[in-house]
Amino acid sequence: MTPSVVLVTGVSRFLGGHLAARLAANPAIERVLAVDTVPPPRDLLRRMGRAEFVRADIRNPLIAKVISTASVDTVVHASLSANPGSSGGRTAMKEMNVIGTMQLLAACQKAPSVRRMVLKSTTAVYGSSSRDPAIFDESMTPKDLPSGGYAKDAAEIEGYLRGFARRRPDVSVTVLRFSNFIGPRIDTVFTRYFALPVVPTVLGYDARVQLLHEEDALAVLERAASEEIPGVFNVAADGVLLLSQAIRRAGRIPVPVPSAAVGPVSRVFRGARLVDFSPEQMRLLNFGRVVDNGRLRRQFGFSPRWTTVQAFDDYVRGRALRPVIGPQQVESLERRLLGAARSLR
Amino acid sequence: MSEARIIPLHVDDEGHPQWRSGGQTNGHTNGHTNGHANGHTNGHARPAGADAGTDPGPAPEPATEATPPAWEEALTESLAFLRRRFSGDYAVDDFGFDADLTDNLLLPALRPLYQKWFRVETIGMRNVPDSGGALVVSNHSGTLPLDALMTAVALHDDHPAQRHLRMLGADFMFRLPVAGSLARKQGSTLACTPDAERLMSTGELVGVWPEGFKGVGKPFRDRYKLQRFGRGGFVSAALRTGVPIIPCSIVGAEETYPKIGDLKPLARLFGAPYFPVTPLFPLLGPLGLIPLPSKWYIEFGEPIYTDSIGAAEADDPMTVFNLTDQVRETIQHTLYRLLSQRRNAFLG
Repeated sequence: MTPSVVLVTGVSRFLGGHLAARLAANPAIERVLAVDTVPPPRDLLRRMGRAEFVRADIRNPLIAKVISTASVDTVVHASLSANPGSSGGRTAMKEMNVIGTMQLLAACQKAPSVRRMVLKSTTAVYGSSSRDPAIFDESMTPKDLPSGGYAKDAAEIEGYLRGFARRRPDVSVTVLRFSNFIGPRIDTVFTRYFALPVVPTVLGYDARVQLLHEEDALAVLERAASEEIPGVFNVAADGVLLLSQAIRRAGRIPVPVPSAAVGPVSRVFRGARLVDFSPEQMRLLNFGRVVDNGRLRRQFGFSPRWTTVQAFDDYVRGRALRPVIGPQQVESLERRLLGAARSLR
Repeated sequence: MSEARIIPLHVDDEGHPQWRSGGQTNGHTNGHTNGHANGHTNGHARPAGADAGTDPGPAPEPATEATPPAWEEALTESLAFLRRRFSGDYAVDDFGFDADLTDNLLLPALRPLYQKWFRVETIGMRNVPDSGGALVVSNHSGTLPLDALMTAVALHDDHPAQRHLRMLGADFMFRLPVAGSLARKQGSTLACTPDAERLMSTGELVGVWPEGFKGVGKPFRDRYKLQRFGRGGFVSAALRTGVPIIPCSIVGAEETYPKIGDLKPLARLFGAPYFPVTPLFPLLGPLGLIPLPSKWYIEFGEPIYTDSIGAAEADDPMTVFNLTDQVRETIQHTLYRLLSQRRNAFLG
């Protein structure tokens, strides 16, 4: 069943904006309302075509009026932010994430027209520690509840959404837990991190990194908005890269930093506005996180087109990252050494 | 002296590439009759080092005959390995297992310890299947988990299918900086039901040491006494996935670091389960970390097939307890038998 009026939040950013554009391109959908507190960049706005941009704050009860007057039937909540820097500090980010979601859910609960709710969540809700299983599935809960930051926000928001689903059993609720996004166009902490010429890592740890290509993420969001597939789904590409491996594939130079110095170093990077690393993302660099996407394949019926390695390589190619040490240099060095050894014989 | 060796003990050890005790006998007869080579006189004076002295002797000779291709091939291979490492061109599975690194760096690093230092002999390798999932359950000892590493080398080097052992480790190990990430790359993962079942159902050979810290950190006076086998979680995981359980008994690991004391306050300071005192550690400082060169035997027993029992029984505590006891008894009896056949902890 295709929806007739879709409301998308967080359209000033890559996923929300492009999702609104894709939905607007679907003639079966009557109206697409694109909501955010700040207008999207001009090129994104142009892409969005017939989608109507509504400059509204979801923390404000006015959002209820938007939903009821347009008789929205599908809400895609994609505004969850992971970066305190770009959302005006941690306090503002938390308010936007948690209070904004509460207001939005309150508005949806009052609106009888709402039939479907899609939440863009994160695999960060599983936490990341040495005591966790290597691979998470949807039924697992973290050993230590996320103590703060984005992960805690996401865990709380999922809790509120469960409450909403109980109070409105007629609404189909889809929770999509995305792993870290990567791709040539999206701008995330990870894409900035791997673009640094020297990449700080945690000394003695090598995290497993699972990524998701931006196009796969958009396709999953679009499908969740246009079809009724309730449930919780891990959305992540197949396969894993080790952090050190990813850094080398990008031709960067890893700089291991002792655990004790990780805090100050990440503060320096934050201060210099290079990479906005929050503490839980630093923990991710210690242990990494891998999720099982079996339910996405079987129940949701979506197989990611890019594996983690392919998505990462696409990002490296698409960004035209000039490697500090290129594979050609390594290969030519290998050939030269072999040639020298043969001449010795 | 050579007649006194109890060689028939390991007759059932099939397909073992090196017959080390045989090599040692040769060394002694040579030493008696000719007495020309330095290595042999050394071997005579210190029998424990005899293998280390005699084994490398014949090894380089075939290597020198075929020198140009051999070293060049080795160089090509190691350069290709380095290139793969530098360009990140290798595959890692979801658990972080890095086969390229394990085969080319970690296992070769452990091999001298396996072949020359502990002179490990494997028995009953035919009990380990060539393919498909299986659960190797073993006794744990030796203060540092060298026994786990040696079992992994044994299953790769002495098994015809060169199987990789996926070990289940304590969370403490994964918290450690360097060891934790190396353990993952080597194929270990956290000892928890989801990980174990996932590995076994994808046809991996999984290794578990159910005694845990109680076993590896037990005092020397309790050597070869099996500790409690956890809560039998490994048995229910095997039942649920229907893979055979292979009891594995390791003799020799207890003598590597005889733990005669435990400095509890220091252990608490480091957050470690124990801080061992051995005859050499911490007395000799880092030198005390060198394991004593005990002679090792690793015996793989008859598999216990669980597919006939059925996955439903995994939730029946009585079945699980009985199977756990059966595995434990098998290992304990094998340990006693191997010990009774062993003359000396260092000579075997």
